[in-house]
Amino acid sequence: MAVVAGCRTPFAKAGTAYRELTALDLARICVRELAERTELDPGGIDIVVMGQVVPSVKAPNLAREVVLAAGFPPSIPAHTVNKACASSNQAIVDVASEILNGNAEIGIAGGAESLSDVPILHSRNMARAFVGASRAKSMGDRVRAFSSVRLRDLAPDAPAIAEPSTGLSMGQSAEKMARENRIGREEQDLIAFQSHQKMADATDDGRVGRELVPVLPPPSYQPAIVADNLLRRDTTMEALAALPPVFDRRYGTVTAGNSSPLTDGAAAVVLMSEARAAREGMEPLAFIKSWAFAAVDPGGQLLMGPALAIPMALARAGLTLADIGIIEMHEAFAAQVLSNIQALESEDWAREKLGRKEAVGKVDRSRLNLSGGSIAIGHPFGATGARITTTLANEMARRGAQYGLLSVCAQGGLGFAMVLER
Amino acid sequence: MSVSAFTQEMAADGILILTLDIPGEKVNTLGREMMAEFDDLLTRLEARAGEVRGVVLRSGKPDGFIAGADIKDFAEIRSALEAETLSREGQALIGRLEKLPMPVVAAIHGPCLGGGLEVALACRYRVASDDAKTVVGLPEVMLGLIPGAGGTQRLPRLIGLRAALDLILTGRSLKAARALRAGVVDEVVPAAVLVQAACAAASRLTAGQAPPSHLGITQTERLIRPMIFRKARESVREKTGGRYPAPPAAIDVVEQGTASSLEGGLEIEARQFGALAVSEVSRALVSVFLATQEIKKDAGYPEGTDAREVGKLGIVGAGLMGAGIAAAAVDAGAIVRLKDTSFEALARGLRHVQEGLDERRRRGSLTRLESIRRANRLSATVDTSGFGRTDLVIEAVFEEAESKRAVLAEVEEAVGERCVVASNTSSIPIGDLARGARHPNRILGMHFFSPVEKMPLLEVVVTPETDAWATATAVVFGRRLGKHVIVVRDGPGFYTTRALSPYMSEAARLVEEGAAIEDVDGAMKRFGFPVGPLALLDEVGLDVGARVSGVLHRAFGDRMRPPAAMATVIESGRQGRKGRRGFYVYDGAKKRVDESVYALLPRGLPRTAFVEREIQERLVFAFLNEAARCLEEGILRSARDGDVGAIFGLGFPPFLGGPFRYLDHLGPRFAAEVLERLAARHGDRFAPAPILIEMGREGRSFHLAGPEPAAA
Repeated sequence: MAVVAGCRTPFAKAGTAYRELTALDLARICVRELAERTELDPGGIDIVVMGQVVPSVKAPNLAREVVLAAGFPPSIPAHTVNKACASSNQAIVDVASEILNGNAEIGIAGGAESLSDVPILHSRNMARAFVGASRAKSMGDRVRAFSSVRLRDLAPDAPAIAEPSTGLSMGQSAEKMARENRIGREEQDLIAFQSHQKMADATDDGRVGRELVPVLPPPSYQPAIVADNLLRRDTTMEALAALPPVFDRRYGTVTAGNSSPLTDGAAAVVLMSEARAAREGMEPLAFIKSWAFAAVDPGGQLLMGPALAIPMALARAGLTLADIGIIEMHEAFAAQVLSNIQALESEDWAREKLGRKEAVGKVDRSRLNLSGGSIAIGHPFGATGARITTTLANEMARRGAQYGLLSVCAQGGLGFAMVLER
Repeated sequence: MSVSAFTQEMAADGILILTLDIPGEKVNTLGREMMAEFDDLLTRLEARAGEVRGVVLRSGKPDGFIAGADIKDFAEIRSALEAETLSREGQALIGRLEKLPMPVVAAIHGPCLGGGLEVALACRYRVASDDAKTVVGLPEVMLGLIPGAGGTQRLPRLIGLRAALDLILTGRSLKAARALRAGVVDEVVPAAVLVQAACAAASRLTAGQAPPSHLGITQTERLIRPMIFRKARESVREKTGGRYPAPPAAIDVVEQGTASSLEGGLEIEARQFGALAVSEVSRALVSVFLATQEIKKDAGYPEGTDAREVGKLGIVGAGLMGAGIAAAAVDAGAIVRLKDTSFEALARGLRHVQEGLDERRRRGSLTRLESIRRANRLSATVDTSGFGRTDLVIEAVFEEAESKRAVLAEVEEAVGERCVVASNTSSIPIGDLARGARHPNRILGMHFFSPVEKMPLLEVVVTPETDAWATATAVVFGRRLGKHVIVVRDGPGFYTTRALSPYMSEAARLVEEGAAIEDVDGAMKRFGFPVGPLALLDEVGLDVGARVSGVLHRAFGDRMRPPAAMATVIESGRQGRKGRRGFYVYDGAKKRVDESVYALLPRGLPRTAFVEREIQERLVFAFLNEAARCLEEGILRSARDGDVGAIFGLGFPPFLGGPFRYLDHLGPRFAAEVLERLAARHGDRFAPAPILIEMGREGRSFHLAGPEPAAA
């Protein structure tokens, strides 16, 4: 199972560069460019799967719309998945499974998110009135349908990033993890600081740029978006320390600086069976060795899924953490990164959660998130998994690393890990 | 007649479905045989009044109802009387159809034009399919004719004077939805239920239901009749400059005919039709139409050559030409990869395409979704990524040999084995550009005209090394873009630019000699060109013009020397419209003559009055002479291609039928004499092309006994 190529649009803070675009626009541009750059014959694509978290109400099956809008043959089947922040990982797994089953040879997997274009909902009462009015047979009925609407019903209802089962927001969950795992503010700020530093380096030496496709946003097609806009090159530990905590204003440690921001963007990869890649004359970046999904109780520490999924994926690959040359870990929050590292290195965690004596292993920080992470790059929910997969595969090819590991935590207590090899 | 064109099938309620399917033809036309058979059929139907209670008339062709008369028949008409008789016969046949004792319903799918619509108009009811192919119209005026089988009479009585005049005078056709709104058809349904709907309509009419009431000529229109016709005449005069007799004749016929009975109107229609059919203008327009048809068969490559289907097109250069080609290509369904060196340039190109789509969306000729679909076919890049899968790449960068060669080399590097590489140059020989190329057999020229979306010509330029399949690929793709395509042999300026250049130079020379800019441009517009030569030079860009005339001057020597004044004008910083200043000054949408140009010229400001005929003679003969040389040297494959190229690419007056037809009309001998006289007065550049002298001596003409087309 070969990862042949990957790319992404530049990531932009929600409400900025892509204000006028939809997730479909971003996904279409990204996927079209991916096919163009790899000189892929669209007629040879067997499947397209995309991830999206905040759905576009008018185009719920994003992947199918991408096929139709990217100038691909309409005969390509496509579906869209939602596994929260691991959505595009799920998309990759869906395509990989189809290829492994022999149902497909070439597939595109990715995801997109536009938080500049979230559906704004009407209140339940208002919605009931609209439905009633649409069924009304007379003018009088139509007017009566709205008689139960109160002033407060007119307020729009925007979706929040909160756990439906616990009501805790993501940030509150991160705050809870920091508190319970005794992770300090400075430690978190250091993760954030290094994220920006490493991304700045990777931007300067072209590692970031080679994964980017330019976006010429319609209808004016200008200015061209050619770079991420969330990176803060000038940030310092002092500046990060000066930011107020957001979720617990008095005793909290989670700030806007050590969390990933709301982001618009898209990312995608091309997957092929090894035989097909060879036939097409494509040089794979890496091969998928194993993967694992896991989940924890959202009522506990919400974002600990990776600490379960990583040992599972490693076991399936027959490897240990020490064998891994490069690790890409999604940085939803610095507190979540540190909590998961702590768990992986902890014998208690191993005993209680994994039923084994020794810890999963030491996480070598010098092999972690070498081009920065979601805090500095940004985190379009539906796209991050494909972004991380691309970066890991590229970095492995560049460094000649034999094994690479990636992990993503997600809403609902979900966790994902994947091992790539070369 | 061996096989019958009509088949009959009895449906429920005594409705007879009559299917017209002329054997062996792609479309149904109103030929003599078909008309004779139709006539017999009507006689039999008249006798079956009790049994057949209604008739549905449909076509058995998958893609068309009745396309109208066979244009080739027009070319063979010898006298006005013959044409008039033809018209009367058509009128009589259609009159019998109208008077059948049972109601007739026309079921229209595909083009229903000219005589086809005239048949439909005589039916009691018209149902059209909502297919994009379904169009109705009376295009006769485009051939210098008027509808001759009752169209000028029945259409105004059906949809009113103004709506009918609009269709008859412009010759434009309406899609089904518009036709319904205008009242030309009574019902629009999906193609799959067309016959069913037509039968249902026939049943309703049979059951005594009144036919739908049509607007017809309203009381208001009756009141303002004189104004309607006065306005129509004014507008026709303005648009045609009085050179096309058909539109004013059509107005006369509609005016007099609607003031009298239908019979009286038909009488007038037939007489006018007869007179127009043998007019010089109609002859010329018919010959041009037939030439465009013949070019499709004799396309410039051996028959049976496999053209590569262009699924994906690469374009290098997102300027006006590149973006224009992109716009035309996405309209034609191609996937397009557009490359330029900067995102700013790409954004301009993408905007150009988008604006074209938006404009049509506003006008209602494109749905929102279709316009999005088309825009999505286009992607942009600053490198050659995505060129690996292109079937054709067209380079449209600045008109300069070195840059173009560099682009071609880069493109050859990026594309696959069977990709055709084309240069959109207007003057640089393709052989020069292909020198040193890795695959000169896949390189050719595709000379588009600006604005690409509107100009209907494509000049494909082939070198001796160009493979036939490459030529075929370019030609077939050009046709897909809706262009008339001529294939010409390589050489500086090819055909179109080369024929135009002496004409443009002569215009500049007249200004140099003291003529006023508006006099020169006015003279040529009154001759029949859509734009004056100096205004055209402004559009092209004075710098580009100078570059082109430089190429031609180097190639052909003194004959093509540009007037010295041109250099002075360019040195003053004038670039033409793009720089807002050339021979004219451009303030927003308006332009006015820039009198400050005169100060740059040896004669200064006071302008000399030139006789208009002299201006026209010098320019037109410069053009004709160079066109003749192109044929003589084998740049042109035929006089036919020369006529089509000049009319559709350069705006040569269509009513003259093109330069070669016009030379035939003047007589090559006479043309050579005029040129000799001009040479004596103005210089050797007017020396007649040897082919003119030779043909004059032998008494031959280009079209009847022209040289055999050279093999491509």
